[in-house]
Amino acid sequence: MSVDELGAAVATVRILDEAGDLVDGADRPDSDALLAGYRQLVHGRRLNEQAGALVRQGRLAVYPSSRGQEACQVACVTALSEGDWLFPTYRDAVAIATRGVDPVEVLSMLKGDWHCGYDPAQHRVAPQATPLATQLLHAVGVAHAARLKGEDTVVMALCGDGATSEGDFHEACNFAAVFASPVVFFVQNNKYAISVPLARQSVAPSLASKAVGYGMPGVRVDGNDLGALSTVLGEAVEQARRGGGPTLVEADTYRVEAHTNADDATRYRTTDEVDEWAGRDPLTRVSAYLRGVGALDDDIEAEFAADADRMAARVREGLGVDVAPDPDELFAHVYATPTQQLVQQRAALQGEFDVEEA
Amino acid sequence: MTAKMTMAQAINSALRDAMTADESVVVFGEDVGPLGGVFRVTEGLTRDFGEDRCFDTPLAESGIVGMAAGMAMNGMRPVVEMQFDAFAYPAFEQIVSHVAKFGNRTRGTLRLPMVIRIPYAGGIGGVEHHCDSSEAYYAHTAGLTVVAPADNTDAYALLRAAIEWPDPVVYLEPKRHYFSNEEVDLAAADSTIGRAAVVRKGRDATLIAYGPSVPVALAAAEEAATEGRDLGVVDLRSIVPFDDDTVCEQVKHTGRAVVVAEAPGFASVASEIAARVTERCFHYLEAPVRRVTGFDIPYPAPKLEHFHLPDTARILDAVDELQWEEQP
Repeated sequence: MSVDELGAAVATVRILDEAGDLVDGADRPDSDALLAGYRQLVHGRRLNEQAGALVRQGRLAVYPSSRGQEACQVACVTALSEGDWLFPTYRDAVAIATRGVDPVEVLSMLKGDWHCGYDPAQHRVAPQATPLATQLLHAVGVAHAARLKGEDTVVMALCGDGATSEGDFHEACNFAAVFASPVVFFVQNNKYAISVPLARQSVAPSLASKAVGYGMPGVRVDGNDLGALSTVLGEAVEQARRGGGPTLVEADTYRVEAHTNADDATRYRTTDEVDEWAGRDPLTRVSAYLRGVGALDDDIEAEFAADADRMAARVREGLGVDVAPDPDELFAHVYATPTQQLVQQRAALQGEFDVEEA
Repeated sequence: MTAKMTMAQAINSALRDAMTADESVVVFGEDVGPLGGVFRVTEGLTRDFGEDRCFDTPLAESGIVGMAAGMAMNGMRPVVEMQFDAFAYPAFEQIVSHVAKFGNRTRGTLRLPMVIRIPYAGGIGGVEHHCDSSEAYYAHTAGLTVVAPADNTDAYALLRAAIEWPDPVVYLEPKRHYFSNEEVDLAAADSTIGRAAVVRKGRDATLIAYGPSVPVALAAAEEAATEGRDLGVVDLRSIVPFDDDTVCEQVKHTGRAVVVAEAPGFASVASEIAARVTERCFHYLEAPVRRVTGFDIPYPAPKLEHFHLPDTARILDAVDELQWEEQP
């Protein structure tokens, strides 16, 4: 079998095409579930826009936008149950908010308040961090511990196409497969790792095809097709929950905005390419389909938009509040009990303030 | 309750007792299952506790440590083995960027109670990558607790304490003592992490050491005594947290200090100790604090390692240079 034939062997799962029409042979998606998902897409898009605006206003230092990837962000969370865990990357703020974490807490990290603004244990959402693929191993550990404890927890582990080049991606996939851990590896292939295109990360027929090497199922899905994502991720989650082990899911999507506001995407890609993908927007096809079947009208659309605007207003208000940093926190959390040396350093810093005040 | 056992057996006993006391304690790594580890430290654990409690993993150290971090997030107390010191380096990113920082990153809501056991240091005639003293990397990383037992009783006590510790612990095992037989009193062991031990009281100078350098320092003190010099020895036991009080009390008492460690001396734990002692005890010191360490070289080949390792002669030479007013 040639490499091209191997690629063809991993077909891309789709339900709705760019125009919102049902793909030949696809099952009709449940309209109520799709409408609920659409509401979350609208919220996710609004959160991406609001966070971008806050960067331009100087309220946030930086924001890695998931614009164009909102269907991935929503579907990977709605596939989970309450007791499951989500392991996000730094680009997955919308997924975390969809999980129910207050978006103000999610974004406060980018305001510089602390490295993580929410309680991971409370929400079962791991902290975001910038090293790539490292969180995938933590996801395997959480899943393996759950299995040992006899719990039916499933872990959704997110990464991007660039992260699949990291050693920890390989180790996590291999460990999860060997231990049959209840993990779903969800790769949002958005085609760029900052500036470096997919072709420089891998010449595998697809990222999903890498699953073969680990002995686990690999599925490629249209990452801008909410219904298809929900079906594929839902099945992968249920298989993991039943004890069927991990699945690697690759979403074919696109990072419509630059890596962050600090990036200049015109240096490495054409506007034609961006425009083409903007035409495959994950929101418009769902809305077109739902309108076509009579499940969505202007009133509902306006209601969703108004909801999202209220969320955005809360985010602006929440992030507009300046929390005075507490220097004691520099030392408080390093160890469960600060070492004698940290106690002394905290006292020394306090001494500097006392001198300043005097 | 004393018994004669090797250090490998003392560590094995600690693992067994911890696994019996707390079912969330799990042991894993490379060859730790049916084989019992290349040094037989985990001998019989899979047989006696089952495959879920002690198991082999795929051969990937980052995977081992990263998975342990996740298990610690989810209520377990993993104890993982890095087969040799230099084999831990593939796990360096996990240890430094995540294991050490998780408690801080999450404001203490997700602490990682886990132990990374590392057979470390030389003296076994091992090939390259089997004899590194890598403690400075870990000690330099805030969030890690770093302990190094020097004798079999402490090997037991410090591992039990490390497993119960709320934060991640790098537990450094002086591998050349794995098979040294000693009388061990497990019940009387001091399981306090962060407290140094005065293992020999002395009037004239203080030798400060940890891990495999403690027996060397004790031997030097023994030899010095025959020449009329009374040297004390402090065994740090714990590099982080560092016990400034015990170390400085001894140095103030003697007015002279030599730090002994196997690792290359430049930017090392020994350097940190010398600086701390100098800052805190300057007015008590009769001479600059000396360091006796390995050379600033990659760990040498087996036939050359005895040139590299601190020995009693080199320690006593350093002691001789502590500006004595009269020679013994």
